[in-house]
Amino acid sequence: MQRSIILPVATRFLMPLMLVFSIFLLLRGHNEVGGGFVGGLVAASALMLYAISTSPSALWKLLPLDPRFIAGIGLLISLFSGFISMFYEKPFMTGMWIETPLPVLGKIGTPTLFDLGVYVLVIGVVVWILLEFAEDE
Amino acid sequence: MTALSITILAGFLIAILAPYLTRLLKHRAAFVLAFYPLAVVLQLLALQRDNFSAPSVQFPWVPSMGLWMTFTLDGLGFLMAMLIAGIGTLVILYGGEYLRDDPYLERFFLWVIIFMASMLGVVTSGNALVLFVFWELTSISSFFLIGYKFEYESARAAAWQALLVTGAGGLAMLAGLVLLGQITGSFEIHQWLQNPKLVQESTLAPAAFILILLGAMTKSAQFPFHFWLPNAMEAPTPVSAYLHSATMVKAGVYLLARLFPVLGGLTLWNQVVPWVGLLTLVGGALLALAQTDLKKLLAYTTVSSLGGMVFLLGLGTPLAVKSAMLLLLAHALYKGTLFLVAGGVDYSAGSRDIRKLGKLAQLMPFTAMAAGLAALSMAGIPPFIGFIKKEYVYESTLYYPFLPYVFTGLAVLANVANVAVAGWVGIRPFWQQPEQKDEDLHPHKESIWLWIPPLLLAITGLFMGVFIQGSAQTWVAAATSAVLQEITKVKFSLWHGITPMLILSIVTLIIGVVVYLTSRTVIPRLAVFWKKLSFVGPNIFYSRSMRAFLSLAGWQTKILQSGYLRYYIITIIVTTVTLAVVTLATRYGSLPNPQWTQPRFYDVIFIVIIIVSAILVTRAESRLTTITLLGAIGFSIAILFLLYSGPDLAMVQFAVETLTVILFVLVIYQLPKYTKSNYPIHANALNIIVSVAGGIMMAGLMLLTSAIPSNSTLAPYFMENSLTLAKGRNVVNVILVDFRGFDTLGEITVLMIAAIGVFALLGLKKGSKRGGNS
Repeated sequence: MQRSIILPVATRFLMPLMLVFSIFLLLRGHNEVGGGFVGGLVAASALMLYAISTSPSALWKLLPLDPRFIAGIGLLISLFSGFISMFYEKPFMTGMWIETPLPVLGKIGTPTLFDLGVYVLVIGVVVWILLEFAEDE
Repeated sequence: MTALSITILAGFLIAILAPYLTRLLKHRAAFVLAFYPLAVVLQLLALQRDNFSAPSVQFPWVPSMGLWMTFTLDGLGFLMAMLIAGIGTLVILYGGEYLRDDPYLERFFLWVIIFMASMLGVVTSGNALVLFVFWELTSISSFFLIGYKFEYESARAAAWQALLVTGAGGLAMLAGLVLLGQITGSFEIHQWLQNPKLVQESTLAPAAFILILLGAMTKSAQFPFHFWLPNAMEAPTPVSAYLHSATMVKAGVYLLARLFPVLGGLTLWNQVVPWVGLLTLVGGALLALAQTDLKKLLAYTTVSSLGGMVFLLGLGTPLAVKSAMLLLLAHALYKGTLFLVAGGVDYSAGSRDIRKLGKLAQLMPFTAMAAGLAALSMAGIPPFIGFIKKEYVYESTLYYPFLPYVFTGLAVLANVANVAVAGWVGIRPFWQQPEQKDEDLHPHKESIWLWIPPLLLAITGLFMGVFIQGSAQTWVAAATSAVLQEITKVKFSLWHGITPMLILSIVTLIIGVVVYLTSRTVIPRLAVFWKKLSFVGPNIFYSRSMRAFLSLAGWQTKILQSGYLRYYIITIIVTTVTLAVVTLATRYGSLPNPQWTQPRFYDVIFIVIIIVSAILVTRAESRLTTITLLGAIGFSIAILFLLYSGPDLAMVQFAVETLTVILFVLVIYQLPKYTKSNYPIHANALNIIVSVAGGIMMAGLMLLTSAIPSNSTLAPYFMENSLTLAKGRNVVNVILVDFRGFDTLGEITVLMIAAIGVFALLGLKKGSKRGGNS
């Protein structure tokens, strides 16, 4: 099959941009439109774009971890964020915030961590499912 | 107590880390992991030294629902916890060696430690619901450990059976606990124990009692639920020794003992519990005498002993309770040892058939020693703890006001079986010539970590017997006091003088030795007898009902699951429309008038695009056209979301549409050739009617919903408090991650499960072409 040159070249620029954009979405989510779920979807699209323009096995090589593992880590992050408040003798999943905002990241609290977990899980799950569908060439 | 409860809970973390440690250290990880139960043992001893004066601790779990994680320790919990942690230490060391080269050793450690922590949780929980959670965790870890050799059909079937039986019992028990909670208004067990009258006068009490008894009976393998326990011998031997003899199966006994002050006063208790125990005691003993497999012999005598404990608790006199506690302790010591010995024999000699084993003492001197000591204790020979246990059991039955001679006679019968089995398992394989020569068996020498744990356990049994007034007496006294809820003095001694109990003991021993020597005739005859009876056995009932369930499931699957997507969609739409229409029709009068607002001209553009695309999809001639048109619909909907100020929703819709296209690109080459189906006219008519009905129903519902004035307090609450309480201005996101974060946690878990489902369906079909880490 003849491969088009347009897609790989475009992906080379698009993918980093989309990944950065996805993190941007994740971070602004608490105050503006965005959030972990949609951020994760955008990041997953970026990765899948790469898989289409090169090959699914190239994406397997690119990923630092098995997507199954990524998804699991995401779930654990979200779950763990709920436990933090218990160390302060508050019920499970009480929102706890660091009072002073951090540079770039803004105000950080356990819901931010929870959202990060959602973000990571969505990337893992979507990439995992889509790669299952993609037959290796 | 805080330290102990944190140590127990830390077990779950240690369990999760155990596989990684095992990859690093191989079987030597056992030496590190054994420190966990050892730490528990030391803490327990410290708490016992202070006479359990440490106050119970409470962690808030869901305080708004009155759910607290309460941990508390008394004599009963201490006795159980000592067995769990003490034998647990030995089992971890033993298991590391026994499964040394097994590729799944890490799973053994993972589940054994999860089990250990859960079981410790069961015996230290002060809250009934927390107890239930730990209880179910022990069932689950038992499932995974029985199914450890999952390549074998028999192991999988046994694991399922154990899970279904104990799981069903667990649900019954939950219902019983909830009833008790309803009666007393609390789930804190100490509240129940302080108000026994409240429970006993309630009309719900018999129901609660029966339900809880079912949970205890299934867990502790009481007749007629005993059958799962011998089948569970499919598990690796260290697991059988630990879960299915020394600890988990005693959870039911523990529960009955724990709730004895509350439920023991019911007349139903005395009418039911002793008989259940007695049937199990005698049935287990007679079944044991028909076995030739080391582990099966031990399993059936375990069933019998569990029956004995339940029987004694059922009698309920202080003496009987005392004896039950002593039996609990003694049984764990000698039966645990014998199981570990059986594992060592299997490992070295390659067989568990007592007819083929013999003269192993030269090769395995230390194992033989451990076996001998445990067998003598099991047979009830002084000065072992087993002897004292038997004396007390006889005393409990002899001086019981109701049917003393019948009870005592049956107890003697069960103990005769114990003597014979002790000989067959602990003496015969080591010292006698094998009955049958098997040329394929090439026994080799014992390895050190396979004999140290059983020998330590056996020596403990000996010491506890000789120095019976030491720890055994203190522990049993504390446990009995906890069960009876009053300080009870216990004074054990080895020598009581010539008493009726001593004479009974001697009689038991003599008959037992006769049975032991005549195994050649006893075993086959009883085996034939049980085989003839097996058509009424619960095992058959279990497999029949499983088959019935499966065929019921198959029948309804054939009806509901046609495998054609269009039928599924038709079913869903027709069901929804019917339900909605019925609801609307019954409330016709109270419905508001639909409000109709004028759409803006740009709304109309997208609505038209959606309608036109939807019509064109049905006439599309290729997949590409179909996907493009569906994409047009999806993106138009996203834009409508945007126009009606739902940017978060729109964004997700955009992203999902994009991913759908990507998915399509990935699979397009694997799809079969696109053929446009030409349905016959009546099928097409049905399709049209169903889709139009679905559309009208949804549109009507939307109109009605928007017409109902919103007087919900939720929306204003979220709007007002989003920034102040949750420090976020995007209310949608704040609801997702904070206000309703618990829902989101559930949803992402479902997402994960869905991914595992897709993986299982697609990945298994493809085979393991792609390795785990490539």
